[in-house]
Amino acid sequence: MPDYKWPEAPKRTWIGKRVSRLDGPDKVSGRAKYTYDIKRPGMLYGKILRSPYPHAKIVSIDTSAAEKMTGVMAVKVIQGAGKEIQWAGDEIAAVAAVDEPTAEDAIRAIKVEYEQMPHQVVDTDPKVAEAKPPVEETKGDPEKAFKEADVVSEGFYGSNVMTHCCLETHGSISEWDGDKLLVHISTQAVSGIAGQMANAIKTVPASNIHVKMDHVGGGFGSKFGPDRWGIETALISKMAGGKPVKIMLERNAEQAVAGSRPSAYAKVKLAAKRDGTLLAWQSEAWGSGGPGGGGQPPLPYVFVFPNHKKQHIAIANNVGPSRAWRAPNHPQAALITMGALDDLAAKLNMDPLDFFLKNIAMTGQRAENYREELLKGAELIQWKKNWHSRGDKAAGPVKRGLGLSLHTWGGRGHESNCDLTIQPDGSVEVKMGTQDLGVGTRTALAIVAADTLGLPLDAIRVRIGDNDYPASGGSGGSTTIGGVSSSTRRAAVDARDALFAKVAPVLNAKPEELEAVGGTIRVAGTPARSLTWKQACAKLGGMPLTVRGKQLANQSDLTNSGVGGIQMADVSVDTETGIVKINKIVAVQDCGLIINLKLSESQCYGALIMGISYALYEEKVVDRNTGLMLNPNMEFYRLAGSGDIGELVVHMMTGPGYDDRGVIGLGEPPVISPGAVISNAIANAIGVRVSTMPFTPDRVLKALEQKGGSNASV
Amino acid sequence: MPDNGEKARRGRGVSRRDFLKASSVTLSVPLVLEQTAAKPADAGARIYGPGKTPITLLVNNKKLNTQVEPRVTLLEALRHEFELTGAKRVCDRASCGACTVIMNGKTVYSCSVLAIEAQGKSITTVEGLATPNQLHAVQQAIVNNDGQQCGFCTPGFVVACKALLDKTPNPSLEQIHRGLSGNLCRCGTYVGLKAAVQEVAKGGRRNA
Repeated sequence: MPDYKWPEAPKRTWIGKRVSRLDGPDKVSGRAKYTYDIKRPGMLYGKILRSPYPHAKIVSIDTSAAEKMTGVMAVKVIQGAGKEIQWAGDEIAAVAAVDEPTAEDAIRAIKVEYEQMPHQVVDTDPKVAEAKPPVEETKGDPEKAFKEADVVSEGFYGSNVMTHCCLETHGSISEWDGDKLLVHISTQAVSGIAGQMANAIKTVPASNIHVKMDHVGGGFGSKFGPDRWGIETALISKMAGGKPVKIMLERNAEQAVAGSRPSAYAKVKLAAKRDGTLLAWQSEAWGSGGPGGGGQPPLPYVFVFPNHKKQHIAIANNVGPSRAWRAPNHPQAALITMGALDDLAAKLNMDPLDFFLKNIAMTGQRAENYREELLKGAELIQWKKNWHSRGDKAAGPVKRGLGLSLHTWGGRGHESNCDLTIQPDGSVEVKMGTQDLGVGTRTALAIVAADTLGLPLDAIRVRIGDNDYPASGGSGGSTTIGGVSSSTRRAAVDARDALFAKVAPVLNAKPEELEAVGGTIRVAGTPARSLTWKQACAKLGGMPLTVRGKQLANQSDLTNSGVGGIQMADVSVDTETGIVKINKIVAVQDCGLIINLKLSESQCYGALIMGISYALYEEKVVDRNTGLMLNPNMEFYRLAGSGDIGELVVHMMTGPGYDDRGVIGLGEPPVISPGAVISNAIANAIGVRVSTMPFTPDRVLKALEQKGGSNASV
Repeated sequence: MPDNGEKARRGRGVSRRDFLKASSVTLSVPLVLEQTAAKPADAGARIYGPGKTPITLLVNNKKLNTQVEPRVTLLEALRHEFELTGAKRVCDRASCGACTVIMNGKTVYSCSVLAIEAQGKSITTVEGLATPNQLHAVQQAIVNNDGQQCGFCTPGFVVACKALLDKTPNPSLEQIHRGLSGNLCRCGTYVGLKAAVQEVAKGGRRNA
């Protein structure tokens, strides 16, 4: 039985080191080609006509004028007369033309008559909305616990709908060669697209669909499917004689229909003993993610209460549907739970660090990791020196405060297949139908293969982004790094062992006595009895050596599930302007065995920045009267800029107790807590909870006003 | 603040940032746009279009000829006509900086400059910075400090960083933030970008 297990720390040459991303030079030089950059011979440009109404019936549609326009090659109705539209921006018709301006002109020439219907876009109050029946759950005896409690704390916490705002909008290019379809697509699931497209198109088997993508300009959970506009590229390409048709969404469509994170609001009541022991949780929560109603945040988050009673109401409304947003439902759950716990700590007059540590056993089997991480974070932000009780008593309008939160995620590796080929000339190639969302997938494959084969990184040629390569899972749920590194490890170990078997006789040794180190194959610990890598590979004879590494779903010898992390924020709030400024955020995170420390830290920095962005700025504003998104752009849908982020400190937990768990995903966990830590730090600074995220100046000022003004004693 | 990273929008006579500065400083003072004040069409003004019109652009020290409709932006001309796809269309309205190029020494949002207006100007795109064998110092520093993830905003940031360092070789932290404030990143790479600018300023290899 081959020994696949990860090498011990002293034997790792690349794994866990700080390695620059291998495709970095392509990206900084503009050479990296994204779907948006691909130009195929004879390519046509497609555009989509979208509904201007949030709820309407299509009475008639007239495409004749568009069809007659010079340069227009195909016009197709997607949803015709009689169809009921459920959200503004839904797809009505598609065109393909020789260039983008002509396609835009053609879209404008299509005449649609709509019968408007009553719409509902509100999600802030379940009473005025069309809601599904509540989902309820009770555990233990919460009623008794609330009666016997020394302290009961109540609060309201909310998170608005926000968007994914991928910089590369969704889109694809389809072209037919006879009965074969070639698709370039901006996706998180290179191996999963063909099957989905075949299901939708129905006339082409998935095995005839070739999917390619070298680079993707952001996904964050919104790019798993081909989407209706992607299916249309294939259908209108067929109408245009198979010519390539490219549709990339306009920015306004990207913001309005191609990704949103559901809202979540909750009234929470907590019961505790005077010494801070938590007794019971009660919550009434609701939220919306469009027609489907949105997700249900896992409440209470991380902490398992002996008694709880909770209710969730999903509101269906006429807003573009939600998609998985990086750690679906967890950021909302963290904001609600950590905010409620922080308010309870304030009511008990306890330092929340002490309060969280006192109840840390309620986080379950990873309690000791959380304790270790909280203490590390406290050291990095100098919690004990800088913390004050709720409400900064310092003079002046600018108040400063600290907040903390903790989070959890799964992250077990997905199913993955890897082909590794060693050529007789010594060159090595790794092939996999995976994708690099910017997390460094290519680099990870090279690191694992090079580490296993004792080679430099540039000796490994990595090929990904093509469904002709062995299938590997979609990049969701932080499952990629565990899956792809495990399948690569298995392939590399098998290839290395096969090579050992070939060269063992030459070295007068048994295969199991050999090791691959520093570009040589040698008898373990005996440099004198060695072959260079090239000499060893020459023994393969005429045939290259190809092996398939298979990582199965739920196989857990190389990957694992369940990570924790804590974050702490230091913010300043100007009580005259309501502006929140980030001074510092500390993230302490574990993710098992780290493949590339540099890029792991990048993931955490990036998650903190995205978190600051959603906590302070991002909101999908939908007009109650027209049902339209009012800020489907990047001027009024604001992202954090480089000057908005303060000082960020990332500490990765590594070493014994962490490395030996195997490789676990990291993309999602560090983006969960930023909203909660900023919310708690604001409350600590100004002495009152700003209930709803993003914490914009108007909301901060309103909360201060409800408290009695910025100068009121706290 | 010198105009590092300033995105002058040619043809309007005022940059977007100048406009925002002026309008946020004092709303009561009307912003005077000398060059755009309404005046009758100049008898000598050249009229383009409505069909395709021949243009010549000076890009990365090469003269490039093509024909475009007058409504085509510099960004679309670079991308569609000359295969220079480094600059990206992201917001398409001068908010995000992914389309940043240098025109006559100043950074501009190429999504908001018409191709016909860019004639006679010296344009540098991200493709013009590296030699075939060596990255520009700014590019190398961004690789070293991992100032990129998905990489879609990266070409814009590379150009903005270069323009910042050309004008301010040793920028303060505040100057770095202002120099990069015309560009946005969704993955959150500002920490690495800041470190990259500092690495070059501290004497990392610099190319002209």
